[in-house]
Amino acid sequence: MKVLVAVKRVIDYNVKVRVKSDNTDVDLTNVKMAINPFCEIAVEEAVRLKEQGVATEIVVVSMGPKACQEQIRTALALGADRGIQVETEDKLDSLAVAKLLKAVYEEEKPELVILGKQAIDSDNNQTGQMLAALAGLPQGTFASEVKVADGKVNVTREIDGGLQTVALNLPAIVTTDLRLNEPRYASLPNIMKAKRKPLAVKTPAEYGVETASTITQLKVEAPAERQAGIKVGSVDELVEKLKNEAKVI
Amino acid sequence: MSILVIAEHDNASLNAATLAVVTAAKAVGGDVDVLVAGTSCGSVAEAAAQVDGVSKVLVADSASFENQLAENVSLLIAEVGKDYSHIMAPATTNGKNILPRVAALLDVDQISDIVSVESADTFKRPIYAGNAIATVQSSAAVKVITVRGTAFDKAAATGGSAAVEQLGAAHDAGTSAFVGEELAKSDRPELAAAGIVVSGGRGMGNGENFEILYSLADKLGAAVGASRAAVDAGFVPNDMQVGQTGKIVAPELYVAVGISGAIQHLAGMKESKIIVAINKDEEAPIFQVADYGLVADLFEAVPEMTGKV
Ligand SMILES: Cc1cc2nc3c(=O)[nH]c(=O)nc-3n(C[C@H](O)[C@H](O)[C@H](O)COP(=O)(O)OP(=O)(O)OC[C@H]3O[C@@H](n4cnc5c(N)ncnc54)[C@H](O)[C@@H]3O)c2cc1C
Ligand SMILES: Cc1cc2nc3c(=O)[nH]c(=O)nc-3n(C[C@H](O)[C@H](O)[C@H](O)COP(=O)(O)OP(=O)(O)OC[C@H]3O[C@@H](n4cnc5c(N)ncnc54)[C@H](O)[C@@H]3O)c2cc1C
Repeated sequence: MKVLVAVKRVIDYNVKVRVKSDNTDVDLTNVKMAINPFCEIAVEEAVRLKEQGVATEIVVVSMGPKACQEQIRTALALGADRGIQVETEDKLDSLAVAKLLKAVYEEEKPELVILGKQAIDSDNNQTGQMLAALAGLPQGTFASEVKVADGKVNVTREIDGGLQTVALNLPAIVTTDLRLNEPRYASLPNIMKAKRKPLAVKTPAEYGVETASTITQLKVEAPAERQAGIKVGSVDELVEKLKNEAKVI
Repeated sequence: MSILVIAEHDNASLNAATLAVVTAAKAVGGDVDVLVAGTSCGSVAEAAAQVDGVSKVLVADSASFENQLAENVSLLIAEVGKDYSHIMAPATTNGKNILPRVAALLDVDQISDIVSVESADTFKRPIYAGNAIATVQSSAAVKVITVRGTAFDKAAATGGSAAVEQLGAAHDAGTSAFVGEELAKSDRPELAAAGIVVSGGRGMGNGENFEILYSLADKLGAAVGASRAAVDAGFVPNDMQVGQTGKIVAPELYVAVGISGAIQHLAGMKESKIIVAINKDEEAPIFQVADYGLVADLFEAVPEMTGKV
């Protein structure tokens, strides 16, 4: 079966972002970028499915400017077979990404599409669910376990109260949670090999997808800073402060 | 303006997260209706009808809605919600699972996890793990929104007397099935709603050692949380994780024990009123946000604290 994986180029998770002084956005100049951690887990899961003989081909797709080819190459180095970049300089909202993914889905006809549950920049947690709705497919979001068998995929999901398992008809959409797997490191030979794997470049216009958003970002501000408090010298002092100063116990 | 609030429930009782959404809906202005989709969920509808500020409760009772499968419930919400100006749900895993599907069915963008209502079309939401707050404006015909529960007061659970209306609607996409659930059972307060939260990190060393946190929590009437490192190491189950990708909490008192204070963890607890950190490393970043920091070995400090509160 063919597996499609969506990966997003985002700020590296170790970087603490700063808001621009004119409050129009966060400052991403010269900031280290990387593959979204949840997307990396999605790629790893697809590669494991291939190693188990369940998946036959892994296609990885990213929407964005030319630079997101780096993240496609990272996914190819981890074991994906070929890449598709949908090139756009526009700021895509989740619905636009989902519409583009639906077009790719229709062209590629995969049995399984794996996405990250959320991108760590916009923290939307929307794209997979939107793609599922647009394509009329079932979804297993926040997956911590994925098992494919008998034309179905069983997905164990991390929910507020614990874990839930659902059975989905294929084709289906899965979004990854952190504990689904631990992604491998790409080896140097695989990084070299990835450079020669096919990578097709498309545009939203070729897919006939309109990417305008109904959402306008008016302003971006830094959150109210928390001031560091004091260090207490003993448990007695801590309990005394909590009782008499903060009055919370 | 008319707002459809999606009730979060387990077919027996109304989850308090819904009450915070009602407050956000009231801030938008206009009639607030609540949709209860479930199976034999009459008691939930009754509870929703008593919530202060609710105009009408719509009930869709069908076997296909029993487990809140997104494929089925989203069809219902899109059908009922298309004539409203706003559809709002809590940013719980259930709300996050269903609402983007509704937005896509209605061909509108969604605004996730709002922390304030500036006007009927303008909202604030955290991005980059809470390191920036974006103000966003929506021109969508129907504004589909999830609401961060800790950012809004809970509407009073009583005082209202809304009419309850049964909907005939039953939707079954026929593409998914519920297999099973493993829900954590605990007599302690729910993390997202607790007034005091005691959380343990990798510094706890193992799952058995969490017992000393449970003792402190029980003495304080607190809920117990954890860092991702503690969950990944298997000390405690996933539903205890606090952070960017876990639960967001904002209690009166948050006690971080053996937690270093990574930005992803801070994203889930830095709105707490008072933060206490107990860590043996005086350089740990958690001290930069703590109101009271205690540099100490947790295995000595925590039992001592339990004895003294
Ligand atoms: C007003 C505005 C300003 C913006 N500013 C910026 C900006 O300055 N910098 C910037 O980088 N983006 C910007 N964006 C784009 C925005 O950050 C997200 O790309 C978009 O909202 C999608 O949300 P998400 O990635 O959080 O989706 P989520 O639903 O959180 O993503 C879930 C998953 O969907 C998949 N996915 C998401 N996006 C892509 C993609 N492009 N290609 C392939 N797979 C994908 C991934 O698997 C991802 O893990 C802006 C958007 C708007 C509306
Ligand atoms: C995409 C992504 C999402 C993430 N989401 C989350 C999230 O939602 N929530 C989350 O928590 N993390 C999240 N993380 C992980 C986060 O980056 C950190 O790795 C994690 O929070 C570290 O947990 P910790 O503080 O328990 O462990 P550590 O960083 O290892 O800290 C352990 C601390 O315990 C102290 N300690 C050890 N022994 C003792 C003792 N005897 N007495 C006192 N102190 C002691 C140490 O000094 C140290 O400061 C995420 C990471 C990524 C990449």
